[in-house]
Amino acid sequence: MEMFIMGLTIFVLAIFVGFEIITKIPPTLHTPLMSGSNAISGITVVGAVLSAGAQQTVLTTTLGVLAVIFATINAVGGFMVTNRMLAMFKKKS
Amino acid sequence: MSALINIGYLVASVLFILGLKGLTHPRTAVRGNLLGATGMLLAVVLTLTNQQIISYEMIILGLIIGGAIGAALAIKIEMTSMPELVAVFNGFGGIASVLVAGAALLEHTLEAEVPMMQLTVAIAASGLIGAVTFWGSLVAFGKLKGLIGDNAILFTGQQFINAILAASVLALSWWVVIDPASGIAYWLLVGVASMLGVLLVLPVGGADMPVVVALLNSYSGLAAAATGFVLSNNVLIITGSLVGASGLILTRIMCKAMNRSLTNVLFGVMAPVGDGGPTADEVYGGKVKSTSPEEVALLFETARRVAIIPGYGMAVSQAQHPVASLAALLESRGTTVEYAVHPVAGRMPGHMNVLLAEADVPYEALRDMDESNRDIDQVDVALVIGANDVVNPMARTDPSSPIAGMPIIDVDKAKTVVIIKRSLSPGFAGIPNPLFSLDNSLMLFGDGKKMVLDIVAALKET
Repeated sequence: MEMFIMGLTIFVLAIFVGFEIITKIPPTLHTPLMSGSNAISGITVVGAVLSAGAQQTVLTTTLGVLAVIFATINAVGGFMVTNRMLAMFKKKS
Repeated sequence: MSALINIGYLVASVLFILGLKGLTHPRTAVRGNLLGATGMLLAVVLTLTNQQIISYEMIILGLIIGGAIGAALAIKIEMTSMPELVAVFNGFGGIASVLVAGAALLEHTLEAEVPMMQLTVAIAASGLIGAVTFWGSLVAFGKLKGLIGDNAILFTGQQFINAILAASVLALSWWVVIDPASGIAYWLLVGVASMLGVLLVLPVGGADMPVVVALLNSYSGLAAAATGFVLSNNVLIITGSLVGASGLILTRIMCKAMNRSLTNVLFGVMAPVGDGGPTADEVYGGKVKSTSPEEVALLFETARRVAIIPGYGMAVSQAQHPVASLAALLESRGTTVEYAVHPVAGRMPGHMNVLLAEADVPYEALRDMDESNRDIDQVDVALVIGANDVVNPMARTDPSSPIAGMPIIDVDKAKTVVIIKRSLSPGFAGIPNPLFSLDNSLMLFGDGKKMVLDIVAALKET
């Protein structure tokens, strides 16, 4: 239970941090914000890696590997496409 | 070692927060994104040192396959297809949570331990939110791509079926919580939640898509946070809540920009057209003036200040490059050019800005709605390209209109308005637009890209 309360505390505080930062992001950058925040939600890869590597049963390993694939697409693709978009936002020369 | 890994996770979380903070300005945004990517790399490398891992082959295989697919998608995608890509990535985050929570549940069952209730609640939440996100995103992808009708798909009894599905999802979640050892409960939950995901997004269409894309973005974050509770992993919880908050804020901004509540966007049907509202004939009847690219070029020649109002139509006809060259040409003649971007123009938040940035439009020229409206009466020529409902003055004047109260870009207050449009067909709201028949309005009928190119050509001749 203690772990859970700790997790909940972190969850709620992080939401406030998120609100504070994200309300300051200008509308011009809303699409990169979505793809960039989406990329960091690929952090699920951390859990996926553990399931894929612990190899308890064939089924858990399979689920883990599939999760690694999906989460990595999300993270790698997300960061790269965000980078590509942001590189296009230029100042008046 | 475990303490060291956790400190590393903390560093990764800080990098994510700094990364998002970087996105508050275009100047620092690229660096912010790199900080985020660094945080991700750090978190993955640290996880690989975990002693639970006995074999690396499968992990590396997964990372290589996922990395290759992700990179290929990111490099190849056209900027106009960005909404689809964002939708699909949201979905992948969701399905990853479903799979990780499913594996975690199996692992606990294998060890013949009874997982604590908070754990099973988190597992059920991961499966539920993840599955809704995945299938909802796939439907959103299909709609954005035009594979399934872009319009709202409605059928009778929809609300009733949704209510039954929602009740089943709750019942199945409860089953997972009280009897985690029963493997089938979790996958049944995932199955029913998948149906719910499909049905929730199916009725939403067209101009409401930005809300859905933003909401699914938020869900993908919440799914990651729930998975964080399953694994008692703080970096997942922090990241998930950051993304959840980000998606929620965007959702709220999009809803506000349409003056509709989230429930209205998701479940509501826009007020039926035709009862009470003016018909197209009443609004347009003989008052619409059509013009030619040459005439528009003449208007531009004498204009000192021009505002361009892009809409989804600009994305469809891929007119962003010609629009940018028109703006560059006008600026080289001393005309001030600015862009007025409505928050819900396009199919996802910020859609127009990305397209214009791709066409080398400097970000200072992209102004948001409030900023533009403040001095739009000083604009000599307002050029509307592919936008309709977001410039419909009925939102201000007709309280019975389905778009009543929706904030619009007040182009009707500009000295002259030129609207590039294929025909007088209504926009997503299905209502006529009195802007088209105003005294200071001129319609330029045709394909957006072609018309802009023709104006550019005409300007160059003079």
